[in-house]
Amino acid sequence: MTITHRLSLPALAVLLIASAVAAVTFGPADITPGEVWSVIAHHLGILPESPVSRLRDAIVWELRLPRVLTALGVGAGLALSGAVMQALTRNPLADPFLLGLSSGAALGAVSFLLLGLTLLMPLGAFFGSLGALALALLIAQLLGGATPSRAILAGICIAALASAATSFLIFWSATGDSYREILSWLMGSLSGSIWSDAGLVYLALAACLPIILANGRALDAFAFGDTAAASLGIDVPRLRWTLLGATALLTGIMVAIGGAIGFVGLVVPHAVRLAVGSAHRKLLPHLMLAGAIFMLWTDTAARTLFDPRELPVGIITALIGAPVFLAVLLRYRRIT
Amino acid sequence: MSLSVTALSVAKSSTAILSDVGFSAPAGRITGLIGPNGAGKSTLLSALLGLVPAQGSIAFEGNDLPRMRRRDRARLLALVEQSTATEERLSVHDVVALGRIPYEAAWQAEPNPEDEAIIDQALADTGTTGFAARRFTTLSGGEQQRVHVARALAQQPRLLLLDEPTSHLDIRAQLQLLALLRQKAGAGMTILVALHDLNLAARFCDHLVVLANGRLAAQGSPAEILTPELLRSVYGVSARLVSDTANGCPLIVYDEAIAEGDAQIPD
Repeated sequence: MTITHRLSLPALAVLLIASAVAAVTFGPADITPGEVWSVIAHHLGILPESPVSRLRDAIVWELRLPRVLTALGVGAGLALSGAVMQALTRNPLADPFLLGLSSGAALGAVSFLLLGLTLLMPLGAFFGSLGALALALLIAQLLGGATPSRAILAGICIAALASAATSFLIFWSATGDSYREILSWLMGSLSGSIWSDAGLVYLALAACLPIILANGRALDAFAFGDTAAASLGIDVPRLRWTLLGATALLTGIMVAIGGAIGFVGLVVPHAVRLAVGSAHRKLLPHLMLAGAIFMLWTDTAARTLFDPRELPVGIITALIGAPVFLAVLLRYRRIT
Repeated sequence: MSLSVTALSVAKSSTAILSDVGFSAPAGRITGLIGPNGAGKSTLLSALLGLVPAQGSIAFEGNDLPRMRRRDRARLLALVEQSTATEERLSVHDVVALGRIPYEAAWQAEPNPEDEAIIDQALADTGTTGFAARRFTTLSGGEQQRVHVARALAQQPRLLLLDEPTSHLDIRAQLQLLALLRQKAGAGMTILVALHDLNLAARFCDHLVVLANGRLAAQGSPAEILTPELLRSVYGVSARLVSDTANGCPLIVYDEAIAEGDAQIPD
């Protein structure tokens, strides 16, 4: 085929592991890759005696490793959500952030937090993203069919509304430090991720990944629209709601953990498509790994570039994502 | 054995789009589906595909089409739409391989050798083998439409439905496409094709089904049913029929549109 495959899964997997180890060594305290392996081996029970001091062990095991793993999972989840939304809505501009799902999830999360339902906050984020998705599709329908630009306009409307409501809630309820913390989370930040955060991210991935990957071939059938997909034997309404539900769940959980980290679902699928083409059985595994690596390095940059201050990673992804958004817009200008 | 449609009715939000349509399309023949815009041609094709809820019966080769499982139905009939585009990065081979979806196992990673052989045959049948490695979006409209036909053939259908497949093609591509359909009908495939161009329909179809306002207006061979009266009542035009001496087909020469009030368009 002329659409060549310049990325291979094994190469990406090796890059991912190397990146993860490298990212753990980055930070104010100098840690060597050897120490990283020792700490992991020790905690997995392979090394009975750790040669690493308890403080350095804690930096690796309690601070950096959970954060690195969370970043990997969030990146994979956001990239998958974006790719699935793009295929199902035949909209190259679809992205959980641009269609307002992230803002909806943030509103849901903040509402549950302020209601004192801290433990159920991820559930609130899921409800928020599901509501935003349903509203975006409804508005696009009211505008006379979900063309890419209509969906984006609907997303702008929802994002504005949800953000205003979120700001209002925070303005009334939060004070001092919590205010600053919530704002930083809203801008998208993986700061302070702990093991339970990583656990939740991987739980969401474990729930959604089989559904999405099993339907990879069915997503290909949408290349020429709903009627074409149906004529190939696909149950279009059922597949659409199942997969959009899965992306809403993924987005909700990713926002509950990392806030509104934008553009990952746009940048990564488009970049990976250029390398491996649009066939989803090939595309989805590649872009998961690529999304994980992308998120890991942007988050590592966010926490080390202006050390000791931390940048919300959403700022970095937006700096990269906005120009990519423009490039996609120009490339697909005929259809938007 | 043929396609046989009886008492087919389709309504959308309590407005009747098709009422009591009955016709048959003979096996191994090209049946043309004609009628003015809004007559219900596309809705009829959708109903055959099970995409819109319909009343009545649709039988093909002993199968009750609306009651079949989607996957089984997709192995029996395929659809070629009016030129449809995509923004996806797919090679021509990838597009044709979509036709194998109804046959693939859920976790099958790549087309198997049997699928590949069928894909290659579909490419060869449509004269698109040379494009197989090219990206679909780089092809001309006529080439893209041939690839769509190849994709439909890869489904190995017994019944091929086409919805105005020639509408965006230049005349050469139109003739190539219809010649390909002739060849497939000769090999035993039943073909139902919605067409706008009545002269193309007269030239290439064995049988015509005429819809007007959601009802069957006429069916029969082109020579039987293409009459000045039908063109007047169904299309609202005055026209003459001359005989094409080279191949004996009727040829329509259009004169003028009839003023609204004078046309006897059936209710």
